[in-house]
Amino acid sequence: MLLKKAEERYALKLITPSIVVVMGVIIIPIITTFIYSLVNIDPLSSHRGEFAGLSFYISALTSSAFWADLRRTLYFTIASTAAETVFGLLVALLLNQSFPGVRFLRSIIIIPWAIPTVVNGSLWKLMLNGEYGVVNAILTKLHLLSAYQSFLGSPKTAMMCIVIADAWKMTPLAVIFFLAALQGINPTVYEAARVDGAGALQRFKAITLPALAPTIMVVIVMRTVEKFKAFDIFYLMTRGGPANSTRTLMYTTYLQAFTNLNYSEAATCAYLIAIIVGILTLVYLRIMRREENI
Amino acid sequence: MRKEMRKEKTFSPQKSSRQRRTQTLYMIFGFLLAVVILAPVVWMLLTSVMQPVDLTAKPLRLIPKQITLERYSHIFKSASSSDPAYVFRIALKNSFIIAVSVTILSLVIGTLAAYAFAHVRFRGRNALMLLILFTYMVPPAALIIPLYRIYNSLGLLDRRWPLVILYLSFVIPFIIWVMQDFFGSISKTYEEAAQVDGATRLQTLLYIFLPIARPGAVAAGILAFLMSWDEFFYALIFTSSLSSKTMTIAIEEFNGKFTIDYGMISTAGILGSLIPVMITIIFQKYIVMGMTAGGVKE
Amino acid sequence: MKKAVLLAAVASLMLTLATPAMAEDVTLNALFMKQAGYSEDDVTAMTEAFTAETGIAVNPTFVAYEELAPKILTSATSGGYDVILGDCIWPAQFAKAGLVLDVTDKVEALDLDDIYQGALDATRYEGKYYGMPWLNDVKYMFVNKELLSQAGIDEVPATWDALIEDAKAVKEAGICEYPIVGCYAQAECLICDYTCIAGSFGGAFVDENNQPTLNSEENVAALDFMASTLADGLCNPKSLEMIEDDVLSTFAAGNAVFAINWTYQYASMNDESQSSVAGQGVITPIPGTDKAESATVNGGMPLMITAGSTHPDEAWEYMLFLASKEMQAKYCANALPIWKSLYEDAQVKETAGEEVVAASQIQFDYIVNRPMVPYYNELSTSMQAEIQLVLLGQKTAQEALDGLQETALKLAES
Repeated sequence: MLLKKAEERYALKLITPSIVVVMGVIIIPIITTFIYSLVNIDPLSSHRGEFAGLSFYISALTSSAFWADLRRTLYFTIASTAAETVFGLLVALLLNQSFPGVRFLRSIIIIPWAIPTVVNGSLWKLMLNGEYGVVNAILTKLHLLSAYQSFLGSPKTAMMCIVIADAWKMTPLAVIFFLAALQGINPTVYEAARVDGAGALQRFKAITLPALAPTIMVVIVMRTVEKFKAFDIFYLMTRGGPANSTRTLMYTTYLQAFTNLNYSEAATCAYLIAIIVGILTLVYLRIMRREENI
Repeated sequence: MRKEMRKEKTFSPQKSSRQRRTQTLYMIFGFLLAVVILAPVVWMLLTSVMQPVDLTAKPLRLIPKQITLERYSHIFKSASSSDPAYVFRIALKNSFIIAVSVTILSLVIGTLAAYAFAHVRFRGRNALMLLILFTYMVPPAALIIPLYRIYNSLGLLDRRWPLVILYLSFVIPFIIWVMQDFFGSISKTYEEAAQVDGATRLQTLLYIFLPIARPGAVAAGILAFLMSWDEFFYALIFTSSLSSKTMTIAIEEFNGKFTIDYGMISTAGILGSLIPVMITIIFQKYIVMGMTAGGVKE
Repeated sequence: MKKAVLLAAVASLMLTLATPAMAEDVTLNALFMKQAGYSEDDVTAMTEAFTAETGIAVNPTFVAYEELAPKILTSATSGGYDVILGDCIWPAQFAKAGLVLDVTDKVEALDLDDIYQGALDATRYEGKYYGMPWLNDVKYMFVNKELLSQAGIDEVPATWDALIEDAKAVKEAGICEYPIVGCYAQAECLICDYTCIAGSFGGAFVDENNQPTLNSEENVAALDFMASTLADGLCNPKSLEMIEDDVLSTFAAGNAVFAINWTYQYASMNDESQSSVAGQGVITPIPGTDKAESATVNGGMPLMITAGSTHPDEAWEYMLFLASKEMQAKYCANALPIWKSLYEDAQVKETAGEEVVAASQIQFDYIVNRPMVPYYNELSTSMQAEIQLVLLGQKTAQEALDGLQETALKLAES
């Protein structure tokens, strides 16, 4: 009993600095924003100042625009998180081997991640430009395209372009984390497996994947949260266009707050984003816990 | 087949043809990887040295006839505070100071909490973890108006250290989240052994756990650095002059109301990514050093 | 846990007690824009002249255009800035939201007959003025005369019908694959172009009582016209990803004959370091139809006083100084004056360029403002997406504009 008390006091000491900094900054705005979603504070509205209850949530959830935004957000989140996790894992496995040139690769892997998003968005927009973009120039030169295409001007391809631009920049994050986790696996375990005659795929399934599972989960959760809130890359590359084909929940939140002055709608949308991401995270954690038990 | 493999491993001192084949395969994949990583970077580099008229020419010349280092020298030499190139140079310094401060503080503060979450039992652990994660799930666009009011009334706008605190509020949750995973994978027997040897708990954390979790800590540190290095939205609202403006804002200012200066943005992109790349190269040996101790994960 | 919460509370309390900076004498804070219109150096010089004359200190901040709105919205009520530069589509919204001060008495004391009506109108909402016009800008038609003459055409078209004929001739002669280019990306620039074209078809988005008239016959015809230029291959299909700068680049690379753009294109397209068509392009008024001779969109930017300002009188004095004829004449190289009389000034003609002044004198008489309604921004975002659907051929102009009319009516009510 006493020991338990001591444990708790110790934990408190360790956690307090984090709580003070995080909550000190965020607690008031987070509560204020929640109030904004319940009380109409839209400066342009004739109902300004009235208590709205859950009506902002209801009107958001019953509008078709919300569900269209959510669908696009999920598409972006799932596609780019999946791409980063899968490629991140493959690249990390490759960089964990020793072969000529691996040191060079390990040094340059970080470069895309180090390029500021502001630059990354503009760079891809330039490269994918329909009029003078290098992607068009190369693809037509190789006769893969007959004429220049407007990748960012077509609703069919615009979102894919953003996924590529974002995955190119952020896959190194997954690589670094997987590489760090791979370092924690005892090489003798592999030796033993090899001696026992396990093939590469078997070794991967039996040793690498279980050892990496928690890190994979951390990366997936981290990226999901980030992707759901991604704003800069959309703002820089398409601004939700063409014909709304890249408008996400986060972009709508921004438009509502800083263009339309619909602060309450923006606050509501922000809380819906947080709730959806929260649910997704809980689902991930549940899956992870179940797998651990097996 | 199995037998052969074992034989190779144990008896042949030279590299077998199979191993050489694997090596070649690795090198091919490595080459492809290098192309994917470097091609856009090369294009950014070319953009930064191309003449403006070549940038928008159609058909595009892949290898420019003439190159210019004008943009780089402009950034290094400009002395006018109204010049975006000058602003960028100052902003790089601001961003560096901010990012380094955030990295160090968040690693220290976050690691302590992460250790507690991973290895100390206490009531409400999961709830608290979720609460911390949840604070990060609310998008900043919705928090910024109340935050601005608070910062403004406290006279904290347009200064560097309030920005550091702001960044800490979203970097720390990530550090905790990432580091508790790395700590979690370290066996509890280490702690028990250390305690038997009479080490205090803090000593156990500092001398036993931290060295083992070092690859993770370095990865988390890079994450912290890049998160603050790349931050745009808070900096947009909370900075306005040279005394605190960050690199991302300075880059955005190469754009006019109707114009996009791809040349300067690329130049800034090259310069802006140099620092994080150098930092990673310095620290990467800690990530990919290999655990000499072994037996970390069981 | 409890202790942690307590500590957090103490920490935020301590932050509250930190003393905010106090101003002794009057120092105005002003928010300006970088990289467009008057340069930062121009504004700084004007400001120094103002301080020397009045003794009022001003602390100007310069940010990118895209940063203006978030900065103003977060700070206007708490008095971060006294004077702000805003886009001409904002005054109605800012006025209704109580972010900027009513300056009607002060504006009405000026010689309003000498200010271009279009620029003045943009600062008015419900009969009151909320700002002082300052930066003046409209869109023009830019024509590559060299390419046109290769098709045997010497005259710059004055109507859209003539322009289409010319475009067809240029295309058929193989001189230019897509003679027309527009900034039709999902952004405000699309609405600017549509405003010009709808206006020249005799259309308007709101009537004299500020009530929406989006699905008027003229607006439908104008949008049909825009879509047909794309469908017929006369307008560059990549226009749907383009903003103003892409239009300029395409024109400057010699890949377009006709382009609608702001004043800034004139200098850039004639600058050999960024253009391969220097000397080939001309600036002319936007073509018309039998219903309207021409039409252009107001792209000006007025100065406004924030509601949180503690020195509104000094702020007005400063605004007036910046917008004075003297300053506007002196610095007209980067932005055209709002005062009609200055266009007769020889000095202005020389600094701003004869051709630009000549085109402006005609074009400024046809200024159309985008709807000066508080809900304009929200309407604009809906319009951008719907118009793009029409341009992509996925909706008819009538369908889209009927839907938008409904949206606008709903927004007007709430």
